[in-house]
Amino acid sequence: MAIFEAKNIYKKFGDTEVLKGIDFSMEKGEVLCIIGSSGSGKTTLLRCINFLETPDRGEFYLNGNLLFDAADKKSHSDEEIRQKRLHLGLVFQSFNLFPQYTVLDNVCLAPLLLAKESPDYKKNKKQIREEIRAHAIELLKKVGLEDKLDSYPCQISGGQQQRVAIARALALKPDILCFDEPTSALDPEITVEVLAVMKNLAKEDTTMLVVTHEMGFAREVSDKVIFMDNGVIAEMGDAEEVFTNPKSRRLQEFLSVMK
Amino acid sequence: MSFLDVTLKLLSGFQDTLLLFFFTLLLALPLGLVFTFGTMSKWKPLSFVTRGFVYIIRGTPLLLQLMVVVYIPGIVFNSPLVRWPIFAGNTNAAYFAGALFAFVINYACYFSEIYRGGIESISQGQYEAGQVLGMTKSQIFFRIVLLQVIKRIMAPVANETITLVKDTALAATVNVYEIYFMSREILNSEFIIWPLFYSGAFYLIFNAGLTWLFRHIEKKLSYFRS
Repeated sequence: MAIFEAKNIYKKFGDTEVLKGIDFSMEKGEVLCIIGSSGSGKTTLLRCINFLETPDRGEFYLNGNLLFDAADKKSHSDEEIRQKRLHLGLVFQSFNLFPQYTVLDNVCLAPLLLAKESPDYKKNKKQIREEIRAHAIELLKKVGLEDKLDSYPCQISGGQQQRVAIARALALKPDILCFDEPTSALDPEITVEVLAVMKNLAKEDTTMLVVTHEMGFAREVSDKVIFMDNGVIAEMGDAEEVFTNPKSRRLQEFLSVMK
Repeated sequence: MSFLDVTLKLLSGFQDTLLLFFFTLLLALPLGLVFTFGTMSKWKPLSFVTRGFVYIIRGTPLLLQLMVVVYIPGIVFNSPLVRWPIFAGNTNAAYFAGALFAFVINYACYFSEIYRGGIESISQGQYEAGQVLGMTKSQIFFRIVLLQVIKRIMAPVANETITLVKDTALAATVNVYEIYFMSREILNSEFIIWPLFYSGAFYLIFNAGLTWLFRHIEKKLSYFRS
């Protein structure tokens, strides 16, 4: 069964239709890359999936259960959306770390706030805090930043900041980790270190949805690729197939420019 | 009048200056935030009314606002402030409370605009990062945005605070016995003018302390950049 499914997603900004009926699904442990030129709607799609934008029409399913239905306005309250978001993690193009917190606190903050909502937090306060901290340190080790725990975001490089952002998103154990052009703000040398972390996550069967311009990465790491053009999925399929044997003219053009 | 006599008299006035200053700051700083939430509210009637109120307060002299608060109850509603039961016949307390009220409202309006600028300068990405991490609106505001706003507005708030120290002299017009009132009284009764300028030294020294304090806070907040 698909871990995530989007059905017939539409989104309009004013008079501009940005998404015109998007359908796709992804399996657990799969890496799905979304490619396409600027303005094709790929970032909007990712933002809809993370509830930073509300689709005008369509549904999302998680493990076969309805997660979001655009028609059911009653289910769009802040609180319900907040709960739904917890199934997804998002890494931004511009990192968006919290500047006043250390690297470790950036990773711990959200899990701590969430833990406070659970009824047995008061009883096991110390233990829960310790667990969250240990998990955060483990994640920061995984992204190669165990020696930067007490640094502030302004003291580390862009690549390091983005790796903290990845650890921060993983700390809430999302079902799907989303990336919005995670390396677009980085220079090529540093891009490599962030992509290496993402490749490792892929090896560990993290379910990932990646909007990217890194064709090499998309080809090497992803199981499935979606090519978006003008608000629709123009082509979708096995990564190797899409890259070696593009069917649509638009994708052929796009790939020849990107090389 | 000896130098010591003048100093003691001015000090007794400076006590009221300080009280007015501290209570204004204490109340106007949080009230300003309430006004900010009003002006930034998505509910149009609320933001319209709050904006209009801030517009009027910022657009008219504090001196007039003091007069309105202190004299309008008596003139228009035939219920002079000094006879309000809560002051129990203490006219000094009544004048002080009236002045304090006007100062708090006036400064809250200025602070609210400073806060608004600070809040609007925080990038949307900070809110979105909090949202995707499952934080509530209030968690995002208090845990993420607030300290960044405080850091950014420190300089204009310091400016406004230093202005407040000097503005307290306006309370003399509504019979608050603060330091300027006292030095003028010495002028009127003893015909000596130097205490008037001497009182300036009190403001200056106090503001020197405040300037140091604000610089210290800015340094404390320099551990992060946003």
